[in-house]
Amino acid sequence: MGHITFIEHSGEQHTTPIEEGKSLMQTAIDNGIPGIDADCGGVCACGTCHVIVDESWIEAVGVANDDEIMMLDFTPEKAKTSRLSCQIKTTAAMNGMIVRLPEFQM
Amino acid sequence: MNSLTNTSDEFVATSPIPTMPAVEFIEQPIADVSTVAIEDIDVSNPFMFRQNKWQSYFKRLRDECPVHYQKNSPFGPFWSITRFEDIMFVDKNHTLFSSEPVIVIGDRPADYMLDMFIAMDPPKHDVQRQAVQGAVAPKNLAEMEVLIRERTVDVLNDLPVDKSFDWVEKVSVELTTRMLATLFDFPYEKRHKLPYWSDLASGSPEMTGGMIQADERVAGITDLMTEFSQLWHTKATQKAAGEQGGFDLISLMQSNENTKNMVDNPLEFLGNLVLLIVGGNDTTRNSMTGGVDALNEFPQEFIKLKNDPSLIPNMVSEIIRWQTPLAHMRRIATQDVELNGKTIKKGDKVVMWYVSGNRDERAIDNPDQFVIDRDKARNHLSFGFGIHRCMGNRLAEMQLRILWEEILQRFENIEVIDKPKYVQSNFVKGYTELRVKLTAKTQ
Repeated sequence: MGHITFIEHSGEQHTTPIEEGKSLMQTAIDNGIPGIDADCGGVCACGTCHVIVDESWIEAVGVANDDEIMMLDFTPEKAKTSRLSCQIKTTAAMNGMIVRLPEFQM
Repeated sequence: MNSLTNTSDEFVATSPIPTMPAVEFIEQPIADVSTVAIEDIDVSNPFMFRQNKWQSYFKRLRDECPVHYQKNSPFGPFWSITRFEDIMFVDKNHTLFSSEPVIVIGDRPADYMLDMFIAMDPPKHDVQRQAVQGAVAPKNLAEMEVLIRERTVDVLNDLPVDKSFDWVEKVSVELTTRMLATLFDFPYEKRHKLPYWSDLASGSPEMTGGMIQADERVAGITDLMTEFSQLWHTKATQKAAGEQGGFDLISLMQSNENTKNMVDNPLEFLGNLVLLIVGGNDTTRNSMTGGVDALNEFPQEFIKLKNDPSLIPNMVSEIIRWQTPLAHMRRIATQDVELNGKTIKKGDKVVMWYVSGNRDERAIDNPDQFVIDRDKARNHLSFGFGIHRCMGNRLAEMQLRILWEEILQRFENIEVIDKPKYVQSNFVKGYTELRVKLTAKTQ
């Protein structure tokens, strides 16, 4: 099944099992990971499920699309490997992946 | 109700500015929605909220005609989008639905031309928004929290107990005004001009069905421009002398390459000031009042709140949904679009009624109930979605959270003792007066 690790801005780590096909945002919400708001419910329209994918994993996950970039441009914490987690569909190939949470969602 | 004879943009850039006839809306009782033919339903009526008819009108549109065309309103023909999901579609698709030239239902009077980034499409929207959004970024807000709490405490401690007073004036307006003065670093002793300007800017009859006549608006807006130009130049001089720029909105504009000369473009300068003033004022002000009103209408929720103050953050989202202080945003279709069985034509005016989407039974369980521990309370439409999503949303939430934390420290009850009075508008869903009586907490 595999797992994904979320690291909060404070450094605290949380590991969640992968349920293939579920979005990374939903995976985080369903496992009670703090720091993901998902105000729009997962349709790439608010920018509050921002995660920063570990650089070694960005190739597997892919970079943000144009709509995502527009929303990510609103946050000062945007990084090179920033993604909206609602736009990432989890797969078994993501086993061991690390994503970091920003200090704030906005 | 007078109808507007010419609201097109043809007047733009003509000189001298033609004198517009005075427009005034006279209040008439609004008919029960069941007696009105569907094509005659006109939700642009600025008395809809005051007469408490909005819920039944919007429910009928959601159920029978969720994408509805009104061909003959005082604001010209327009489409109403009333279901949550359809509103999300329009809000997200900013290339199909342009925000230019204005985001309220009515067009601008000829002598009121402003350019603000909420009413711009990319790429111009993006650079102007990015210049100022740092002021309300969460990191900056965390530093403001102590100040906001001090002021909230000051205001609450000065309130009369066991005596009737107006919550709007003494709390909602006062707190949002102090906040705005801080965000702009506006002279504190003149801060009461800010909510006045906000009311003027959003209260034009041609645009929102409000009560502000042109001469009053022109005088007020001229004063606003004078004050802010002065503030801009004072700050520019300080900056040139080597002083460190602050984190206020004017300093941020000045230190950004894309907006550093905004003062030289009066329409844009004025437009963005109006946007930030209205955005920071009408909205939070009316949610501060709406929360009190809602807890009186649903007293069991007040008990729930007192028993568990940790519900405050969730309640804040629920207040913002329940109140929906800005009822709509408008767009213009950039091409023909099929939506829910209707064809919206290129160039048509499209109004997203957030106030209806937030009560859509298809998206929200028991939407007319105020439930402070509602599941997924954050998933409301009041801040809009997509690239124009409210920039100050975190600030608004923080102001409301602090207000309720401090209220619970001091008061056992806030009793609404008279019927609320409402703003005349189809845009601002808000209060002009809410008379209340406080009961102090027994320690």
